[in-house]
Amino acid sequence: MDKKCDKKLGVFVCWCGSNIAGSVDVDKAVEEAGKLDGVVHAENYMYMCSDPGQQKVKDTIVEKGLDGVVVACCSPRMHENTFRKAAGSVGLNSYLLEIANIREHCSWVHQNNKPVATAKAVNIIKATLDKVKENLPLETLTIELTKRVCVVGGGIAGIMSALDLADAGYEVVIVEKEPVIGGHTAQVSSSFPYFQNISKLLGEKVKAVLEHPNIKVYVNSEVEVLDGYVGNFNVTIKTRPAFVDSAKCTSCGECLAACPVSLPDEFNRGLSRRGAIFIYNASAEARIPVLRQEDCRHFADFEQSQEEKCRACVQSCSENAIDLGALPGRSEEFVGAIVMATGYDLYSPANLPEYGGGTIPDVVDALAFERMLDPNGPTGGKVLCHSDGRIPKSVMFIQCAGSRDPERHKAYCSRACCMYTAKQARLYKRQVEDGTAFISYMDIRSDSRDFEEFVQVGMEQENLVYIRGRVAKVFEENGRLKVFTADTLTGRQITMDADLVVLAMAMEPKAGVRELAKKMNVTIDGDAFLSETHIKLYPVESSTKGVYLAGCGQAPKDITDTVSQALATAGKIQTMFSNETLIADPLIAEVKDDVCSGCGVCIEICPYGARVMNDFVRISEVNQAVCQGCGACIAACPNKACELINSTSRQFLRVIGDFTSKVKAVV
Amino acid sequence: MSSPLLEKIITESGQPVNLCYQCRKCSAGCPMVDEFDFPPNMVMRMIQLGLEGELLRSRAIWMCVSCETCGTRCPNQIRIAPVMDVLRAECLKQGIEPADPTTVALHTSFIESIRQFGRVHEATMLLKYKFKSKKFTDDLDVGLKLFLKGKIPIMPKKSRNLSKIKEIFTKAGF
Repeated sequence: MDKKCDKKLGVFVCWCGSNIAGSVDVDKAVEEAGKLDGVVHAENYMYMCSDPGQQKVKDTIVEKGLDGVVVACCSPRMHENTFRKAAGSVGLNSYLLEIANIREHCSWVHQNNKPVATAKAVNIIKATLDKVKENLPLETLTIELTKRVCVVGGGIAGIMSALDLADAGYEVVIVEKEPVIGGHTAQVSSSFPYFQNISKLLGEKVKAVLEHPNIKVYVNSEVEVLDGYVGNFNVTIKTRPAFVDSAKCTSCGECLAACPVSLPDEFNRGLSRRGAIFIYNASAEARIPVLRQEDCRHFADFEQSQEEKCRACVQSCSENAIDLGALPGRSEEFVGAIVMATGYDLYSPANLPEYGGGTIPDVVDALAFERMLDPNGPTGGKVLCHSDGRIPKSVMFIQCAGSRDPERHKAYCSRACCMYTAKQARLYKRQVEDGTAFISYMDIRSDSRDFEEFVQVGMEQENLVYIRGRVAKVFEENGRLKVFTADTLTGRQITMDADLVVLAMAMEPKAGVRELAKKMNVTIDGDAFLSETHIKLYPVESSTKGVYLAGCGQAPKDITDTVSQALATAGKIQTMFSNETLIADPLIAEVKDDVCSGCGVCIEICPYGARVMNDFVRISEVNQAVCQGCGACIAACPNKACELINSTSRQFLRVIGDFTSKVKAVV
Repeated sequence: MSSPLLEKIITESGQPVNLCYQCRKCSAGCPMVDEFDFPPNMVMRMIQLGLEGELLRSRAIWMCVSCETCGTRCPNQIRIAPVMDVLRAECLKQGIEPADPTTVALHTSFIESIRQFGRVHEATMLLKYKFKSKKFTDDLDVGLKLFLKGKIPIMPKKSRNLSKIKEIFTKAGF
């Protein structure tokens, strides 16, 4: 038999109207609870969570000097905080109050058996009392907060998030993989639904970023290592060698002509060619050439001596601005929050050989078509057949290319394609008035303001020919493209000629995001999109505290939604930064130093990276700021060297004991 | 959408067939749809796609009774009945064998009767229809009842303004 409890405990049983009182005899429960060891006060009330109900709890704590309280009511998810706050307001440490859930766990599931429900309720109260008896008074933890932000990805999401944060007075670091910021948005010719000049809008924002005193931009860079935790991240950034000295370069372009390498230009989606040294985006402000090491012959010819190696660009440069011996850079940034704006890639058309993707030159993807529409693009803004440069008289736009195909490609809808296809077709019709734009679609998803109208104008006034059905095959016959498709509205097969085929390819997460997500400790879904904590209520928070999500890295979306999400992350981070320090729940794991053998099992098992080995004393410690109190390490520890504070094994064995001892119906 | 047939239909019927977005409300309410080979929505689609030959050989254009249910309900204000009229006229103009000759027989008998008398004379109209359609025994019971009630007079009554009626026919190009 346990020794007599020296604590003064109070029990408050709530009726929850008839929710609890309907199937639990609350008077009987109070009577039984009153007899339990240590209980000096027990009462019931119709709605304990109401103001008078809470007042009863507060008054009793003061009058009877309670040092432990059990409120038997609904789930702790509902009102634990309410009652803990009430207890705290009258000087009782709020961690000495516990909720006994007699609604969801008892009255609701035993509605037809009052004696059994009542007995179970008493049992739950008893078990909770036993837990409270050994609860320790705790204080919330405070964590230091570095009010700086690292934005991973310099596309429109990263730019908008960074600008908002920088304007709010916080220092921001943008890490961009490509030589310039702007992302895929820089490739887009104009926006829907108002045909705005996107390069102008983006250009203004890029300029604002580059000129902002609070923003530091690392281009040609990637996050190498991420250490730390919310409020205190340490980001190691690796920068590719800067072979061209931007201080010396005059952007004369001699080196571009001198380079013997010729490769398809990624920015122009293969519509033009570039050397190993090239200008990434010809219309960007920064016109300093970039030398890509992996494409360069100088670095490829391992066999040759130093003298024999290609140095064409170096020799052509009159300013001596090119140094092939440049080394990669590495920098560290301390930040309190991270925005993952990693963006997307288009799923490669080569995955759709039945449409001639990657083999037929006049089958291009949607971004290539955007490049054609861009006045600063490779065709000067003219829609031309890539094969022979003629003006296409009929263009077949194929929507859902790779999307909504769970069997072979991506199961999801890429969300922006319906709208940008309508935009592209309308822009094509404006340019080639006697041309025909066919659009193969499954459904038209135009679900935002003025989107449906935008599509309707295309159909009704600009004669876009929408054909409902999936294209079966695109192939070349006698020098023309033939398209096999169906019009499911008439239920007929259709064969048609086309000069140009545009594939609205699925959006997929940026290559390498899996590795990055692992570094950042952010969970991803089956398609490698970064997962938010809760789709409705925590849409921009990742699984790791302090790491936020914006843009297409989270899911495919258009510029409008991307910007909304980016601004949401900025808002969330500003909310966090409005505090001087961060507050953490003290209900976390604790290590008994004398028992821990330093085996490291807990480090492997911790889903939050909260367990760290102190190599000096070979003891696995708990990072209090990171630990979420999930208990995984406690279950895994072979020596029982760790415990969850206020949920110790001892407490839980008592609780289990209370439940497994014989339950007698109280009548 | 654009096709030569579509352009022609839009001009001749005055109906914005290009606006049809296939909601199928017309077909959902059509009382004759079971008799159609293509429901009204598909007729609209075939016009958009320019499938002229098939459409002019279809039963659908002859089975439409111009009840205007579809046109009343269409969210894009397309009245399908006038569109059907244009299609029927086009069929006859092109000398295509109508998919349902009896309908044509009835219509022509009706028109001929009006032309002759300035109004319908049921007895001659029915007689003409019977010879044209060669369906002598159909509707005999109803016909007999009507005759006994005096609804099918033997002697025709001419319209007082027959000349005016003839003028209409000349104007319409008959």
